[in-house]
Amino acid sequence: MSRHRIRFTLNDAPVEVTVPAERLLIDLLREDLAKTGTKDGCSVGVCGLCTVQIDGAPMSACLLLATQVDGAAVRTIEGLASPLQDAFIDEGGFQCGICTSGQLMTADALLRAKPEATATEINDWQMGNLCRCTGYYGIARAIAKARDGG
Amino acid sequence: MRPFEYVEPETLDEALEILAGDPDDTLVMAGGTSLVILMKQDLARPARVVGLRRIAQLREIAANGGTIALGALATHGALARSEAVRRHAPALASTFAAVATVRIREQATLGGNLAHADPAQDPPVTLLALDGVAVARSRFGERRIPLDALFADIFETSLEPGELLLRVELPALPAGARATYKKFLPATLDDYATVSVAAVVATDAAGACTHARIALGGAGPVPLRAREAERSLVGRRLDDAAIHEAAALAAAATDPIDDLRGSAEYKRAMAGVWTERALREVA
Repeated sequence: MSRHRIRFTLNDAPVEVTVPAERLLIDLLREDLAKTGTKDGCSVGVCGLCTVQIDGAPMSACLLLATQVDGAAVRTIEGLASPLQDAFIDEGGFQCGICTSGQLMTADALLRAKPEATATEINDWQMGNLCRCTGYYGIARAIAKARDGG
Repeated sequence: MRPFEYVEPETLDEALEILAGDPDDTLVMAGGTSLVILMKQDLARPARVVGLRRIAQLREIAANGGTIALGALATHGALARSEAVRRHAPALASTFAAVATVRIREQATLGGNLAHADPAQDPPVTLLALDGVAVARSRFGERRIPLDALFADIFETSLEPGELLLRVELPALPAGARATYKKFLPATLDDYATVSVAAVVATDAAGACTHARIALGGAGPVPLRAREAERSLVGRRLDDAAIHEAAALAAAATDPIDDLRGSAEYKRAMAGVWTERALREVA
């Protein structure tokens, strides 16, 4: 019913778009901006597939209206360049891969907020990113490896 | 999601004006974690949504002497990290730190949590036990609402149309008071608690209880105080007999429903068990 001109940075590049009030961030990213690395899973903020970083904090793109990121720095998997990615490969941090982009976005936010994250903190942060293949040990090993400098 | 009109006022006064204009078809959005889901599932159909994100003053967390004021727009994450919150009551910081997942904690706010009035939420329980008072304002003035009068029914508060929750104030705790929040999570750590309990006690030099608060979550249509259980403790040493009796009274004060987290009978029994565990921790 109302349309809004919003400006934000997406992976450090400025974006300016007009969206209807009801446009969700996940749909803006995937459908309008072609950033399909962010997946839509449960659509109710539980599974973690759609994890993106808003001003560095992990959030569910399925629970945010696009208007809520006006003025923010948004980072998606397409904008991630982290030792975590190699560590996930080295440690087998994924099986089917559907949860991987969300896992990485949370893990990257964690290591930025807490570079010395303990195993407990890794578990606490990743708890909200479900791996339906139950590949959690590999994911936890990969994050610890990246924390320790790869 | 149905279309709606979205407005983002820059000031509190502007927000109150908008709310006064058409309070029945307008919903307030803080972090949006609950409201966006309700709108996606067509359970909420507002004509207009008022986003509060630009009103920075509502984010403030301010300690003053022994009291503390928690801004309605403070996120669970900000409250969990706040030195002032931790100094007031470590149990309050850890309550916020254990809500759902890190993503929800970074987006969801105190005010949104309280206004949503989900009886299975964590923060209301600890805030009740800490004698929290909500402060709400409309165009016609400000009102202080003790938290046990804020929660009217499941997903229902006593906030009036046009009224906006500004903050929660917590009074100074008695010297030496100890607080805890415990939740029973038999399935997963990010689940809603089957039942949860917050307990706050203080004792005198002889070990007699001088102050007792017991609040329960998931145990009725609203987060509730177990007042008889509290009264049973005051003046007594917090020994096994006193704790056991208080736990039984707390269980009797509950009014749970059967749902996928257990039968009413089971939840009532668990409310007793977890009250006992909470009291042992702070005794």
